[in-house]
Amino acid sequence: MFAIKKPSVLAAALTVTALSLFGASNTVHAQALKGTVKIDGSSTVYPITEAVAEEFGAENRKVRVTVGISGTGGGFKRFSTGETDVSDASRPIKKKELDKAIENGVEFIEIPVAYDGLSIVVNKDNDFVDALTVDELKKIFLDGSTVKTWQDVRPEWPAVEVKLYAPGTDSGTFDYFKEVVAGKTGSIRADMSVSEDDNVLVRGVAGSKGAIGFFGCAYYFENADKLRAVPIDGGKGAVLPDKGTIESGEYAPFSRPLFIYVNAKAADRPEVNAFVEFYLENAPELAEEVGYVRLPSEIIALTQGNYRARKTGTQFLDENGEKVRGPLTEVYR
Amino acid sequence: MNALMKNTPNARSGRFFKDHLFVIVCLLAAGVCIAVLGVMLASIIVQGMEHLDTQLLQNPPSRKPEKAGIYPAMIGTVYICLVCAVTAIPLGVGTAILLEEFKPRQRTLARLHGVVQLNITNLAGVPSVVYGILGMTAFVELFQVLGSPSDPIWTIGTTDNWYYIQLPFGRGVLAGGLTLMLVVLPIIIISSQEALRAVPNSLRQGALALGSTRWQMVWGTTLPAAIPGIMTGTILAMSRAIGEAAPILIIAGVVYITFTPEHLMDDFTAMPLQIYDWASRPQESFHHVAASGILVLMAILLTFNAVAVIIRQKFQR
Repeated sequence: MFAIKKPSVLAAALTVTALSLFGASNTVHAQALKGTVKIDGSSTVYPITEAVAEEFGAENRKVRVTVGISGTGGGFKRFSTGETDVSDASRPIKKKELDKAIENGVEFIEIPVAYDGLSIVVNKDNDFVDALTVDELKKIFLDGSTVKTWQDVRPEWPAVEVKLYAPGTDSGTFDYFKEVVAGKTGSIRADMSVSEDDNVLVRGVAGSKGAIGFFGCAYYFENADKLRAVPIDGGKGAVLPDKGTIESGEYAPFSRPLFIYVNAKAADRPEVNAFVEFYLENAPELAEEVGYVRLPSEIIALTQGNYRARKTGTQFLDENGEKVRGPLTEVYR
Repeated sequence: MNALMKNTPNARSGRFFKDHLFVIVCLLAAGVCIAVLGVMLASIIVQGMEHLDTQLLQNPPSRKPEKAGIYPAMIGTVYICLVCAVTAIPLGVGTAILLEEFKPRQRTLARLHGVVQLNITNLAGVPSVVYGILGMTAFVELFQVLGSPSDPIWTIGTTDNWYYIQLPFGRGVLAGGLTLMLVVLPIIIISSQEALRAVPNSLRQGALALGSTRWQMVWGTTLPAAIPGIMTGTILAMSRAIGEAAPILIIAGVVYITFTPEHLMDDFTAMPLQIYDWASRPQESFHHVAASGILVLMAILLTFNAVAVIIRQKFQR
C-alpha cells in the first residue's frame, strides 16, 4: 500500500483535484474557473481545438481561451519557449524542437486527438489512374523526377501532362507527405503549384485533366463531387481513404494522427487542466463533427492515463533522437 | 475652338476621329475597372447575404457556420485602427512638414534630408509582412534586450486598467496598432508632402511678408490649405491598414478568441485574419460566412472613410 511509486501518487492527487474541480463546477456555490489558456499551432488541428474551445467556453465563461493558426512549426516555436500553454500539431514534435524545449526547461505531455487522412486526388475526368503505389508517388514527386506525362509513370497510361499541386512547405501536411514519400534525407521537387490555401489546390486539380495533388481528407470529403481520390497501394493492395480505412490504419501510409502538446507546468493550473480534460473527453465527437476521424477508444483511454500520470516527452522519438514509426496503438504501448 | 476647326475641313475628320477614339478608350478603361469591382461586389453580396445578420455581428467564432460571428475580430480591428490612426497621422504629417517646409540649407543636412526622403519613398514599396516581422522584434519583444513579454521589466497600472502598459508590449493591441502604423506611415508622409507641395508659394510668401514666423506660417496658412489633400492620403492609408492580414497574423497570430481586448496589452484578432481563416476552410458554407465578414469589413471601412471625407469637405470650404 505504501510502496506506490511517486508518479502514481502524483497522478492520484491530480485526479482527485480534477475530480473535485469537476464536482465543484456542478454545485451552486461553485467558484467559477478563471484564467487564460493560450493555444497556437497547426491550422489543420485548429477546427478541432476551436470546437473544443467553443464548447468549453460555454461552460466556463470566465476562462479566456485563445487559439492561433501559426502552423505546426510556428506553434512549436512559441510553445518551446513557454509562451503558449497548448500547441496544436499535425505531426509529432521534431528533434530540433524537442531540444529547444528542453533547453528552455519546457516539459510537455503529448496527446493524439484525432486521425486525418492525406488524400491524393486527381481530376474527375482522369479515368485512367485507378491506383498508385508509394513507389509511383516517389517517381512523380521526388526531387529530380523525370516524370512529365502520365505515360512516364505507367507505360499503359496516356501521355497527358502531369501537373502537381501541393500545400505550403511550412505546413505539417507537406512535412508528413515529404517524410512518407522522400524519407528522412530526400526532398520533394520544387516545380509544383504551391498554395497555403487548400481550396486553391482543390480548384487547381478540379480544373486541369492531368493534375494530381494532395491535402487533408477533410478537403476531399467536402469536394468529392469535383475530385477523385486515388486508392493508394502501400504494399497490401490499393485502399481508398474513408473514415473506416483511416481509423483502422488500412489506408497506409497516408493516415496520420493529429496532436495537442500540453505544457506540463501549465497543466497544473486548474483552468488549463480543466480544458485538457474537456478536450480528451470531447475530442472524438467534435473531431468527427469538423471532418476528421475519431481515435479508437483504447487509444483515448491510454492517452487519458498518460495525461493524468503527467507522462512527459514524446513517444515518437527514442532515446537516440531517432524517429519511431508505426500505428498509434503500437507507439503508445 | 470649335469655330476654328470648322474652317479646316481637311484636318477635321482625322483629328476628330482620334479625339472620339481617345474618349472611347478612356471610357473602356474606366468601364473595365468598374465592371471588375461590380462583379466582385455582386458575388460577395450574393454569397454574403445569407449569414449577414445580428448573429454575425454579436457572436464569437464557432465551428458551426450558422452560429459563427465576427464580434471580437470587429472590435479588435477598430481598436488597432484607432491606435494606428492616433499614432500614424501626427507622426506622418509632422514628418511631411519637416521635409517640405523646413528644408535645410546647410550642405550635410541637405544630404541627410535627401537620404531620409529616398528611404521613405522606398519604404512605401516594402511588403507589409516585413513590417510584421519588424513589429514583432521592435514592439512585441523590444529587441529581446529588456525582459520578455511574459516577464515585463516595467508596467503602468494592472491588467484591470484599460491603460495598462508594459515593456516589452507583448502580442497586444498596442503592438498590433503600432505595426500597422509602420505599414501606413510612408503612404501618409508621401501624400502629405504632395499636398503641402501643392499649396501655392504665394501663400507662404504672403504670410512671411506679414511678419509671421515659419511656425505661424505652417500652422496658420500652409497646413489648413493642405488638409484636404492630407485627408485623402490618410483615407487611402487607413483603408490599407484595415485590410492588412499579414502583419497581424505575425503579431497576434490568434483567430479563435471570444472576448474583446480589455487593455492595450490584451490579445486580439482582426477581421482580415478571421476572414482568411473562414475562406480557407473546406466547408463551402464557411466561404459564405467569409463573404459576410467581407461585407462587414467594407461597411466599417466606408464609415471610417465617410468621417474623413466629411472632415475634408469642412476644410475645403
